[in-house]
Amino acid sequence: MSLAPTVSLAAGHPGFLSPTGVEIAFLLVGLVTFGAALVTVTTRQLVHAALWLVVSLGGLAVEYLLLTAEFIAWVQVLIYVGSVVVLLLFGLMLTKAPIGRSPDADSGNRWAALTVAVAAAVALVWVVVDAFRTTWIDLNGPAAGSTRVTGESLFRNWVLPFEALSVLLLAALVGAIVLSRKAKAESNPPHVNSRGVTESSPSVTDSGIHPVEQEGAR
Amino acid sequence: MNGVLDVALRLLVVFVVFLTFPLIVGQTEHKVMAHMQGRLGPMYAGGFHGWAQLIADGVKFAQKEDVVPAGADRRVFQLAPAVALLPYLLVLLAIPIGPSEGAVGQVLDAGVFFVLAVMGVGVLGSLMAGWASANKFSLLGGLRTAAQLLAYELPMLLAAASVAMAAGTVSLPGILHAFHWWWVPWQIVGAVVFFVAGLAELQRPPFDMPVADSEIIFGAYTEYTGLRFALFLLAEYAGIVVLCGLTTVLFLGGWHGPWGHDGLGWLWTLLKTAILAFLVIWLRVTYPRLREDQLQKLSWTLLVPLSLAQIALTGIVKVVIS
Repeated sequence: MSLAPTVSLAAGHPGFLSPTGVEIAFLLVGLVTFGAALVTVTTRQLVHAALWLVVSLGGLAVEYLLLTAEFIAWVQVLIYVGSVVVLLLFGLMLTKAPIGRSPDADSGNRWAALTVAVAAAVALVWVVVDAFRTTWIDLNGPAAGSTRVTGESLFRNWVLPFEALSVLLLAALVGAIVLSRKAKAESNPPHVNSRGVTESSPSVTDSGIHPVEQEGAR
Repeated sequence: MNGVLDVALRLLVVFVVFLTFPLIVGQTEHKVMAHMQGRLGPMYAGGFHGWAQLIADGVKFAQKEDVVPAGADRRVFQLAPAVALLPYLLVLLAIPIGPSEGAVGQVLDAGVFFVLAVMGVGVLGSLMAGWASANKFSLLGGLRTAAQLLAYELPMLLAAASVAMAAGTVSLPGILHAFHWWWVPWQIVGAVVFFVAGLAELQRPPFDMPVADSEIIFGAYTEYTGLRFALFLLAEYAGIVVLCGLTTVLFLGGWHGPWGHDGLGWLWTLLKTAILAFLVIWLRVTYPRLREDQLQKLSWTLLVPLSLAQIALTGIVKVVIS
């Protein structure tokens, strides 16, 4: 959406029947991304799902690159592949990550989830198609998504949503810290004896993330 | 045709650098560590002061049997070394060593973000290796790797952002073109934070908790043998080259130096990188390993506030001088 100011209405409308190399590449990468996303939600192996998510998110970054939005592409890799997936893998390894199929990885809410997913996809596709119906990005001109262009449009046209988002994220951050501190304060004094047995998983104890606290709890 | 030849030549040069520089750092590590500990280090391979030791090691690794444990996830296990190694090759493409057009593999508009993003992907290789080995030591190593990455990615990014703010650009050659000598004292806190966080991301001592050999054998790489193990080792040393090169470019002025402006700038880049690589080796010999909680504490209570303070300082100075 930040591309909007630099994208012009093309006078001579490019047709769909004579695709350029970039358009073909865009379609192929899109297919790979879509396929990887499908495998992510259908595979029975938990960690494989996370790894397919890497392929899917990486494919999305390549799509941004093909649309000359270099900055967005690298941020996509940095945030999603570099941090979100690592966090996901960390969570999986800390709790339950068997090699091979996990029979209980399926949920009874399958159909409800599918309905919500399809509804969300339809809404998103409809909004995007409606917003960008006749706009074309001129790939031969100056890059429409370079860092400078993205920054200017972000801080000139979209400052308010940007700041609102940052406040929202800050609130989430503070909330997370408050929640984690509160849980610790409650569990420490009354459950001194039960804590090691019930709450902490063996892997946490072994890896010695909080050896000092473990000692204190015992 | 000329353009194709140019691209091919650049790729070839970067590839050769990628294959030789890590070996040079490795050999230097052998010798420097030895002399710091009152030994001689390798002396026989190749004749002159054991210069061919790492080549001999490479031949040894190539001869070993490639074992995949029976309980392992075969494909992920075999893919992991490539995922760990390739990002560093890509990062090398973007590091400029001289001021001219031809002294960088590929000029990128958002070079800083590219470099940090791709370096973060390399850690996925360790995670995949740790999980797929079907070994609890490997799993623990993978866990520690993930925890370490999550803690140290943030200060590294903030320190790099401070330089980008100072230069007003996120392109690596652009940052160097905007460089003045007084940036070094101005950004010194950011430089230290960046370098320390980078060491932690590479899992080099004193941040080698994920591969702590006295506790969990060799962490995520425990089950690896032969060439795949060699690839992980190569990734570590390529990571040292990349980290030192990046610190040079972002904080130490890259090709700028008191003399040698005409055509010799690349020597400055290499010299600064080499000094930083020596520092990395020195730290390995000098410091004991940080415990996991000390490691997390160092990042969240020291490096993150320091990098935020650096950003504030950068902003203030930037506003004052503009």
